[in-house]
Amino acid sequence: MFKKRLSKSPLFARKKKLYGGVNLPGFKSLSNTTRIETLPISPQLVMPLKQHIGEPAKPVVEVGERVLKGQVIAETSGYISAPVHASSSGIVAAIEARPIPHAATIKEPCIVIHTDGKDEWHPAIQPVPKPLKLPAAEIRQRISDAGVVGLGGAVFPSAVKLKPTREIETLIINGVECEPYITCDDVLMRYEADAIIQGALLLARIIKPHEIVVAIEDNKPEAYQSLVNAVERFEQAGVTAVSIINVTQVPTIFPAGGEKQLIKVITGKEVPSGSLPYEVGIVCLNVGTTAAIHDAIYYGRPLVSRIMTVTGDAVGSPGNYRVLLGTPIDFVLSQAGVTAHDDVAVIMGGPMMGVAVADQSVPVVKAANCLLIKSDRQIRQPVASMPCIRCGQCASACPMKLVPQQLYWHARSKSFDKLVTYHIDDCIECGCCQVVCPAKLPLVHYFRFAKSELKAREQERKKADISRLRSETRLLRLEKIKQEQEERKARRKANRKRAASRGDGVVSSATAKPEVSATQQQSPDLESVESPAASESDDQPRTMVR
Amino acid sequence: MLTPILIFTLAALLFGVLLALAAIKFRVEGNPVVDKIDAILPQTQCGQCGYPGCKPYARAIASGEADINQCPPGGEQGVIALADLLGCEPKPLNAELAAESSDVPMVALINEETCIGCTKCIQACPVDAIVGAAKQKHTVLEEYCTGCKLCLPPVCPVEDCIVMEEVQATAALWKWSEPEQVSEPMRRTG
Repeated sequence: MFKKRLSKSPLFARKKKLYGGVNLPGFKSLSNTTRIETLPISPQLVMPLKQHIGEPAKPVVEVGERVLKGQVIAETSGYISAPVHASSSGIVAAIEARPIPHAATIKEPCIVIHTDGKDEWHPAIQPVPKPLKLPAAEIRQRISDAGVVGLGGAVFPSAVKLKPTREIETLIINGVECEPYITCDDVLMRYEADAIIQGALLLARIIKPHEIVVAIEDNKPEAYQSLVNAVERFEQAGVTAVSIINVTQVPTIFPAGGEKQLIKVITGKEVPSGSLPYEVGIVCLNVGTTAAIHDAIYYGRPLVSRIMTVTGDAVGSPGNYRVLLGTPIDFVLSQAGVTAHDDVAVIMGGPMMGVAVADQSVPVVKAANCLLIKSDRQIRQPVASMPCIRCGQCASACPMKLVPQQLYWHARSKSFDKLVTYHIDDCIECGCCQVVCPAKLPLVHYFRFAKSELKAREQERKKADISRLRSETRLLRLEKIKQEQEERKARRKANRKRAASRGDGVVSSATAKPEVSATQQQSPDLESVESPAASESDDQPRTMVR
Repeated sequence: MLTPILIFTLAALLFGVLLALAAIKFRVEGNPVVDKIDAILPQTQCGQCGYPGCKPYARAIASGEADINQCPPGGEQGVIALADLLGCEPKPLNAELAAESSDVPMVALINEETCIGCTKCIQACPVDAIVGAAKQKHTVLEEYCTGCKLCLPPVCPVEDCIVMEEVQATAALWKWSEPEQVSEPMRRTG
């Protein structure tokens, strides 16, 4: 009671403000002035089996098989996993390792489809007549079957998020596209606001939140207006469920669109380190994901395409394109009017958090929200940096309240244990520290280096534990075998001795006393497995054939 | 004069008995230092150190018989960790041993075309990572292979049947390179 009153008093009210962050030039008008265009079907589609966080999907088609659009070509293989669907109809040409979008040339298993241009939907894919009447468990199952993952970039399987173990107070629909250049969520909100609202209502049926907050940055007034209008339309149409939807604007600052950051801005709550949002009663989903959930339920369509921003100074016609998953990036580039493929750097994601892809033949995956094409290759050249002067600006900019300068020193000296105590795992690699750093240190690169090194160490340690166990078990086994052999030898020796002594007796007493048979001696294995009763019989003389 | 001597003798006796009892009661099985050293060693069980496995090498280090720089798979990091644990100065890896080993993680691969099914590699594998039976083709369980090279010829009687291959890079195992130190010299002004 007292606690409640305290939290209501303005003095103790939680500050609904982002910690740190930076203001960045947007460059959004490059790509958000045109409507969403649909890209033609590429002759070849490359579908990686792992386009999400968790276990990779398992292929269920064979080479040479004809597949239809929306057909499952790889199924889930674990609790945190997502299936892969054919993005268009065609023939499965290969199931092999192909380069995937990554900072280095890395090949991972992919299903390659040669499209036939018919774009024929699988007959099982049918619209659902009354989607909002479906039971919650079935909606959730359909979302899982449709392969919907977080399209904001984290690609966490959405259905897993929708099974919280506690009561959910707030469902946040994240329309805060805070990174420069990217506008795919902006145009989605402008032109497909109904899908987002309907998707949010479906989600509300599963997790039953007290309120739904659709958050939009205040630099996207058109998107905001479009969503407000959509909610009004639903209200006028008599959909009472929209009454809990609250479309709200948040101040433009990077990285307000990060999950934990947005939760802080909207509710004032902080998600503890190492916890998930549902543990504080919040579920947060991207607007793109919400629209994909709408498509999966209303039309029965799995996630086979996504909206992607293609922008940058080297693009002839920048804009937002609806691209089939698996479309090779060089195909997208030629369609978007990028002429000189060799002289450009392709960044998947935004300028802050994206990575420059090593190979332009890699496919568009579920995580690909933006292709940023820069004509000058300068971004790959290391920037001349000055020594760290411990000014502390990075710490004021860090939205996770970390101390980047301290992390930098420890990463540089490879004191990895120290990095763990300074919570490097909480770093979201947003790059704010690097933007404000007067010494222009490549801080994010240091953190990525240290994080991957820590991960590798963890894996090595796990492998060493397994090897130790296997080695110890093997030695124990060898020891046991050796012991058994010795026992057998000792018993044989004892038997022989006994026989010999009895043999002497034969001579003296002239009574025929048999000794251990030769055949028995030759089969020591049999002897060792004899039951105690049987081995007792060893003491008794046996008839001998000589 | 006599009383204090008596008191102290009795006290000494009492404490002696207590210590003796404690030594029996709280006796630690095995050498705890060996386990600590073993935890640092990479468990490849390759025997490059000259001991038949990581545990024997750990015992040798604990008894002062072996040096801490004899483990190439553990690398420099391993030597530093051992030096930290044992409170001695870290030293560079044994150059002879280091020259023979590679930095990249490797796994053994059996060519199933030429394998004659002799089971010799199975017996040599320190972590039971090879499966097969007499006169049957053998194969390596890549997940468990430590890349110790103990199955290579002359253990394997067939030439080129078992080869070492680099572990394929995957997104999960890929590591970011260490940033280059690009710093401009400090310029003095004024």
